[in-house]
Amino acid sequence: MSEKAIVCKDLTKRFGDFFAVNHISFDVDQGEIFGFLGANGAGKTTAMRMLCGLSYPTSGEATVAGYNVFRQQEAIKRNIGYMSQKFSLYESLTVRENIRFYGGVYGLSDKQLKEKGDELITKLGLEKEAKMMVGSLPLGWKQKLAFSVAIIHQPRIVFLDEPTGGVDPVTRRQFWDLIYDAAANGITVFVTTHYMDEAEYCNRISIMVDGRIDALDSPANLKKQFDAASMNEVFYALARTAKRSAD
Amino acid sequence: MRTLRLLLEKEFRQIFRDKGLLPILFIMPMVQLLIMPLAANFDVKNINLAVVDRDHSTYTQQMVSKIASSGYFRITGYYTDYTPAMHQIEREKADIILEIPAHFETDLVRESKASVYLAADAINGTKAGLGSAYLNTILGDFNNEIRMKWLPTKAAAVGTIDITSSNWFNPEMNYHLYMVPGILVLLVTMVGGFIAALNIVKEKEIGTIEQINVTPIKKWQFIIGKMIPFWTIGMVDFTIGLLLARYVYGVIPVGSLLLLYSFLSIYLVALLGFGLLISTYSDNQLQAMFVAFFFIMIFMLMSGLFVSVDNMPPWAKMITKLTPVTHFIDVVRMIVLKGSHFSDIKMQFLYEIAFAVVLNGWAILNYRKTA
Repeated sequence: MSEKAIVCKDLTKRFGDFFAVNHISFDVDQGEIFGFLGANGAGKTTAMRMLCGLSYPTSGEATVAGYNVFRQQEAIKRNIGYMSQKFSLYESLTVRENIRFYGGVYGLSDKQLKEKGDELITKLGLEKEAKMMVGSLPLGWKQKLAFSVAIIHQPRIVFLDEPTGGVDPVTRRQFWDLIYDAAANGITVFVTTHYMDEAEYCNRISIMVDGRIDALDSPANLKKQFDAASMNEVFYALARTAKRSAD
Repeated sequence: MRTLRLLLEKEFRQIFRDKGLLPILFIMPMVQLLIMPLAANFDVKNINLAVVDRDHSTYTQQMVSKIASSGYFRITGYYTDYTPAMHQIEREKADIILEIPAHFETDLVRESKASVYLAADAINGTKAGLGSAYLNTILGDFNNEIRMKWLPTKAAAVGTIDITSSNWFNPEMNYHLYMVPGILVLLVTMVGGFIAALNIVKEKEIGTIEQINVTPIKKWQFIIGKMIPFWTIGMVDFTIGLLLARYVYGVIPVGSLLLLYSFLSIYLVALLGFGLLISTYSDNQLQAMFVAFFFIMIFMLMSGLFVSVDNMPPWAKMITKLTPVTHFIDVVRMIVLKGSHFSDIKMQFLYEIAFAVVLNGWAILNYRKTA
């Protein structure tokens, strides 16, 4: 698709005289898997929160799904999915009830909820657990469920903030299968991660250092550019230049 | 509407699955209602009286036995000197000393005039004040009896003012009748205020609020979705409390239940708005709990439940007007005991509606989906 999912120009977030995000500019194409990398404290989460309409930018311009991040946050919210570092399904609701709640608030009808819910539960192999409280599921299952719920309304873009933190390698692999599926369905995926193997799965990645984007290209081109054998080396080369201490 | 329904489904499910919360919502208030009115009794009884009798006459004996038979006093000892009686007060064995001077009877007979001396331990001011007042009345009675005996005709001619009082709306001065409705308000306030204050903060703590904030759920939907479940619980708690009041304490509302519940429904909106407001300002449950505790404490002490508002200085009266609880306690007492009508409680209605609008409006304004 030619239309851009995210257009970002000189986007800045300042707290006092601290530039959490310092004039970042980039575009993300529709259907792309965009990796958003950076050390802890580099400003990834802050940037993502601005794009999701959770935080007002200090200056700059950005549109998400064609809507302005300053004025049209509610429109943005109807067109995106979001999964944060903190697990955010309701632990005291069952798998089904969570699907019903989150799907429902995006306007899915009862019939759609039933169909989508069944489909999702079959896909994740949660038939037996459908009536269990989400709090009793293992972490990896929770994360896969949270992702599936975040895209249940077929958003144009899904934002994932370190979705695989603390998850075992097998489950991470399965998680990325879900991400590929979503991208194949035309959903743009905007993902932050600290796992460099995951970075390799992305179409393009950006690396943030001290609130700036210091590198942006496909993993292959970045390795070439930094004359590195792996994404790990690329990341080290950039992260070492950081002046800010990690949090 | 659909969003609101989904929010309500979610809230009710969460509340009824919270095994720790349910007893707090439904059982704790009832236990309090069963215990507190029995203890919160301001009648002063069992005042310990030390008698220093330097006269040892028939009259002093008559007088002391009259005091003892009043039911308010317990004679803890007879002394011939003041010092040991004072020791009793120092050791908290006695509350009041009644000192009868030597020649009490002689003076009374010869000069038609005698005096006694009262010394009260004023650390417990209520006991000292009321005890002295009771003693005064009893001694006054005693005085009259003597005069009647000696001067049957003359005394009648002199004439004394005899005060007969009747206690309206609570003829037997039954303390339960006065306290139970107030305590009922206290319970609804504690449950509603705390639960509402803790709720949104809890979502902040576990991070689900951020997920809510990226959905198209509107602010007012979210707040109302929080409000309705607790409002319902408040109504249920009040109803259970009213039934307990009726069957345990025999407190049957004289006035209109419809009026009582109309007021309750507005009061709950105001109270829950207050709780939600705290919730939107706090970062964690501990903080919310302390802030809510601070305010609810003030509300309670200033509400007229334990201390009469009429006795307060003007600035304190102003504060009582600015707490939603005061008006509700007023109204509950008026409707339950007096059977007041809408026209009697118009002002309180207005106050409560103002609280409801301001507190909830503030809470909705202060809850931000985008920071």
